[in-house]
Amino acid sequence: MNGLAFLIPAALLLGLGGLVAFLWSLNSGQYDDLDGAGMRILIDEDEGEEPPR
Amino acid sequence: MTTAEAYSAFSVPGIRCASCIAKIERELTPLPGVRSARVNVTSKRVLVNHDGSIDAGALREALARIGFDAEPIGAAAPAQLGETRGLVRALAVAGFAAMNVMLLSVSVWSGAEGETRELFHWLSALIAMPAIAYAGQPFFRSAWAALKRGRTNMDVPISIGVVLATALSLFETATGGAHAYFDSAIMLLFFLLCGRFLDSVMRDRARTGVETLLRQTAPGGTVILPDGGTAWLKADAIEPGMRLIVAAGERLAGDGVVESGSSSLDLSLITGESRPEPVAPGARAVAGTLNLDAPITVRVTAAGELTTIAEIARMMDAAGQSRSRYVRIADRAARFYAPAVHALAALSFLGWMLAGAGWHDALLIAVAVLIITCPCALGLAVPAAQVVAAGALMRRGILVKDGSAIERLAEANTARFDKTGTLTLGRPAAQRPLALDSAEAPVALALARASRHPLARALAQALEADGVRAADVLELHELPGRGIEAVLGDGRRVRLGAPDWVGVAAPEASLATAFRLGDAPPRLLRFADALRPGAAQALAELRGIGIDSAILSGDRAEAVNSVARELGIPAAAQLTPDAKLERIEALRSEGQHVLMVGDGLNDGPALAAGHVSMAPASASDVGQTAADLVFLGDGLEPVPVAVRAARRTLRVVRQNFALAIAYNVFAVPLAIAGQVTPLIAALAMSGSSLIVVANSLRLRGSAR
Repeated sequence: MNGLAFLIPAALLLGLGGLVAFLWSLNSGQYDDLDGAGMRILIDEDEGEEPPR
Repeated sequence: MTTAEAYSAFSVPGIRCASCIAKIERELTPLPGVRSARVNVTSKRVLVNHDGSIDAGALREALARIGFDAEPIGAAAPAQLGETRGLVRALAVAGFAAMNVMLLSVSVWSGAEGETRELFHWLSALIAMPAIAYAGQPFFRSAWAALKRGRTNMDVPISIGVVLATALSLFETATGGAHAYFDSAIMLLFFLLCGRFLDSVMRDRARTGVETLLRQTAPGGTVILPDGGTAWLKADAIEPGMRLIVAAGERLAGDGVVESGSSSLDLSLITGESRPEPVAPGARAVAGTLNLDAPITVRVTAAGELTTIAEIARMMDAAGQSRSRYVRIADRAARFYAPAVHALAALSFLGWMLAGAGWHDALLIAVAVLIITCPCALGLAVPAAQVVAAGALMRRGILVKDGSAIERLAEANTARFDKTGTLTLGRPAAQRPLALDSAEAPVALALARASRHPLARALAQALEADGVRAADVLELHELPGRGIEAVLGDGRRVRLGAPDWVGVAAPEASLATAFRLGDAPPRLLRFADALRPGAAQALAELRGIGIDSAILSGDRAEAVNSVARELGIPAAAQLTPDAKLERIEALRSEGQHVLMVGDGLNDGPALAAGHVSMAPASASDVGQTAADLVFLGDGLEPVPVAVRAARRTLRVVRQNFALAIAYNVFAVPLAIAGQVTPLIAALAMSGSSLIVVANSLRLRGSAR
């Protein structure tokens, strides 16, 4: 019974943390361009040259 | 330099790869006045943050220099995307609550007793009640709206079931009862939200896809002011009596009469006619047509709502009314289903009361019946299948604008095609072999590239495809309505243009241009509006799956008949937009389900009247707006592919309904008998939903 008093709030808070993190990422537009996010990895930031196709 | 901040959004259909992103963002950002540029690959858009020193037109030119065709679109984000986002939030909250409540419920089922059970019930209530209040809103609102109008829909039993289950569970918890039903209520919401979310994604995706392709026609024009100056006015500010200056390559912003200048107009938007129409002072010109050769001045006779284009748009609206009466399968099912659910729940309540079970037990059983009978499987049956099928079609280059389009396409049993731009590519292509020798071709390319005339462009395209490099020419100039003239380095004069100007006779009613290099004999170059690749095969495939085809065209009879002969299908020529509409209406009154495939403004009413309609991505924006499906690329194969995929989708939807109903046949008697524990309800609910989703996933390869 003592364990529960500690474990249940911990489990709920962790879950709530995940929920808040998801809602934050949704609102900050991280799901707006799923195709582009994958492509941007391929862009070389510091070079002016066009990356190979 | 002003510091006013502004955003401009562009639709850039050409964005495909990582290098496109890098190129656009790197080339735009250093421009003076541009603060930042951000590419969105999913919606194929570029959002530019800039100040007042640079405007949308200049940015568009900058994009064209980098090599991307861009169309400015309104910077406002579509409000509908907010709906999906709201559903995602509700889904996340419901999912979180469902997981935690379920965990607590499992503990109760595995034998938690006394104080522990009560604690778990209170915890469940604490988690579930706010979550239900938040995540249930889409259903509560829709149910309330239906009830206010004295109707009922599937959201009414869902809302009653969820609210009753929650209230009862709260009562149970407060009185220390053995069972609470928070888990059932929140799980039900979670699965139903999945269905809602898929439905919304499906509509959004199609909408952004089509918006990306939409092109603006004549947003406005240059007007001569009374004091002799000129000003650029938006289309809705232009009034009859004003004089419009229409430059070559510009679209007319109003109907009118040509006052000065002579040129030729591309009327393909209105009539479907591919040959440019010569105009001189006194000739009538229609809004939306493209001025090809030389600047003309037009006295406006009708503008805004009174133009021919607006008239056609009204005709489309009226024709589209009949389609909006079409009832989707899910709605038809819901109409029979919703009253049955209420009746069944009420009867079980009454039955158990009469059997002497007491109001508490009887109400519990009635709630169980409500929850069990409005299963998520039914809510998922249609959207899950449609989203998977629309995704498969999307990968094949076919955009579905609305979910019911797939159902209607599956029912089509006859097809009518427009000719120009639908069966054909809608742009002239040089007929091969080109009558140019190796010395002439580079010179011809140099001249052709300098003009915006469609024939010159087609010639330039053909020569570039042959690997010809343009020669150097001097004194290049274009004579409106005639052609282009230049001088070679050795003094020889070259001409490319109208055959009689160059000095050669061209047969009447054919698309041709002539080329002459110095004293060499003039060359006649012929052009034709080529058939789309795979047109004949696509029509044969349609015949194979029981759909007969015919042509409805506004073009000349000769042009239509030659295409009809080549494809072996019947044709009707020289039809006005309302004649096309009449033909479609006649077929419909015979009980036929017509698939209309067309592209032009003149097809708009027919597209809206057809049971279902398709348009190529090259279509006018009227065509794309009126059509249910839009297909990309030059080929015509997407038409039979889409029909086959739609028929498979409808089969899967029917199977899904059968599965969901079979589940009810098992579960409802148990619920009425009072044998459904929360555990059974939860298992049955998720089990049936998963089966329906799995069945829908079979459609992934449907568009091959």
